[in-house]
Amino acid sequence: MERIIYRELKSTPQVWGLLALLGAFVAAAGAVVLYIEHYGHVVTGMNNQIVWGLPHVFAIFLIVAASGALNVASIGSVFGKVAYKPMARVSALLAIALLVGGLAVLVLDLGRPDRLIVTMTHFNFKSIFTWNILLYTGFMAIVAVYIYTQMQRGLPAYAVKVAGLAAFVWRLILTTGTGSIFGWLVAREAYDSAVMAPLFIVMSFVTGMAIFLLVVMGITTMTGRDFGAQLRTRLARLLAIFIAAVLYFTAVQHLTNMYAAEHWGVETFILRDGGIYTILFWGVQVLIGGLIPMAILFTPKLVKQARMVILASSLVIIGGFAQLYVIVVGGQAYPLDIFPGYEISSSFSDGVINAYTPNILEVILGFGGVALALAIVIIGTKFLRILPNSLSDANVSAKS
Amino acid sequence: MNITGLKPAGGCGGGCSSKKIGNESGAEMHRRDLMKSGAALATVTLAPGVTLMAMGSGVAAAPANPDTRWGLLIDAGKCPSDCSACVTACSDEHGWENNGLDTDPQWIRKVTVRNKTTGWENTMPVMCQHCEDPPCVDVCPTGASFKRADGIVLVDRHTCIGCRYCMMACPFKARSLVHEPVTDQKVATPRGSGTVEGCNMCVHKLDRGDGTTACVEACNATGNNAMIFGDMNDPESDISKALASYPSIELRADLGLNLGVRYQNI
Repeated sequence: MERIIYRELKSTPQVWGLLALLGAFVAAAGAVVLYIEHYGHVVTGMNNQIVWGLPHVFAIFLIVAASGALNVASIGSVFGKVAYKPMARVSALLAIALLVGGLAVLVLDLGRPDRLIVTMTHFNFKSIFTWNILLYTGFMAIVAVYIYTQMQRGLPAYAVKVAGLAAFVWRLILTTGTGSIFGWLVAREAYDSAVMAPLFIVMSFVTGMAIFLLVVMGITTMTGRDFGAQLRTRLARLLAIFIAAVLYFTAVQHLTNMYAAEHWGVETFILRDGGIYTILFWGVQVLIGGLIPMAILFTPKLVKQARMVILASSLVIIGGFAQLYVIVVGGQAYPLDIFPGYEISSSFSDGVINAYTPNILEVILGFGGVALALAIVIIGTKFLRILPNSLSDANVSAKS
Repeated sequence: MNITGLKPAGGCGGGCSSKKIGNESGAEMHRRDLMKSGAALATVTLAPGVTLMAMGSGVAAAPANPDTRWGLLIDAGKCPSDCSACVTACSDEHGWENNGLDTDPQWIRKVTVRNKTTGWENTMPVMCQHCEDPPCVDVCPTGASFKRADGIVLVDRHTCIGCRYCMMACPFKARSLVHEPVTDQKVATPRGSGTVEGCNMCVHKLDRGDGTTACVEACNATGNNAMIFGDMNDPESDISKALASYPSIELRADLGLNLGVRYQNI
């Protein structure tokens, strides 16, 4: 086994330039938050029918991806695959960074972001939101300890394993909690399903792995470090299996819902008559974000090419984003069935498909969260010994 | 000034932190009653001028009665499609305005229902249904969404963070986010940009002893008498007698939420 040497990123114009660019996105998002705080949510595209919009899609996407980004570390520490261990630190750092980025978007889109402290002084333990607050902060703490156990010399070997196992179990519970935000909404036909929790878990596997691949390939390319083709291909093949799992759970989600006649309306809406939501589901989520990248990554010749892995990972991210858009916004666009068996109408958009067009403020806020997450990764790898000098294939064949 | 140190039971329209008092146990209520009488006694000894205020606050400070279940019965058969007196009255009472935008709040709205197979059409007002087991209360992370002991579901606007999870959870679309800063607020109904609001069953009127709500008053004033308000736990109340005499339904009865608002003749 080759000795792994972790080194901070060097101070290069590329590193600082990238940080400056990300900083600009974060600053723009900060300005947007102040603007919304001053004028109210009336300046966004959200309204009293579509109460959660694009910022929530960004936030949930990042939060879900965060737990998935820990995959590589877990495979190394919990399942003892030596080849993955050199990537464990950056995997854990990326997990924290994505979670911080997602939470930032989520809390800054609150109607009263200035009252964030209230969420830490007033708890309602019947709310999955309350549990999520604890799960998210707990995740950051546990993964931080996990990184520490990896970086601190002199600790017994089991320390890493115990911390890694704790982080792994915690991330499964965390994503169960995120999926349950929707799974436990009894009032809305598009949600209210136990399958939401496992669906979100496999979604996290996919988006987290895709982001991990792009981030590691990006940083290693930018800094001239080696990222072995065999190692990359292994991760890419794993990504293909995860894509298949997401497609499976998505099929189960809709087939289960369709079996009940009372849900035909919402299913027909999403799958056939929903306009943008139907296009996003079949065209972007299933085809562009699912079948095409899966085909690329299951093709032995293509999966070995770095460019194809970049393409497939990018498509997976776009597909995952579309999937959450369909779930979050599409699920609200379909009207509530307050009077089953009746057609209804009112001044409050009862009985009609709710319209929503995200505006530029929401886009800037969302990308601010993405930029914040990436900036944390760059800063972390710049100042801490997170990334090995080389992620060569020397350890790929090593056994645990 | 409230020299007894007691918070009012909800005379601030649900905008104040009345939950602790609304939900407190009988033992706690007795203790508070004792404190209240002690405070009043002390003020009499100290300064007669203050005593008047102590007595005034004593009325507002009466805790929500856990033996009461305030409720509404709406007879859709008596609700003409061209009448929206209840909506106007609510808007006037609480200061919210619907100018036709998707971002405007609507505490109460007239809904037209049409049977898909028979074509039978009817209209009726829909507002917060004041569930016994409210999903909005279950999901609220800070407990800002809460139910008083007398069954009224409210939002504590001091602890609402504007996450809108209650709006996602409500089966009746009864909640609205205040999307822009509000001016010229009604004294009894504090509202705030970025917080969520909905029908509070005119809690300020009930707590001052009016025994009815603005929408019911307005409905009666039109002569339609389509709405009955009262204590559903009191078998002698008009609402209990009407509920016992004629068939009525709850919206989304399948959810098993035991609503405080019932409908007839849909």
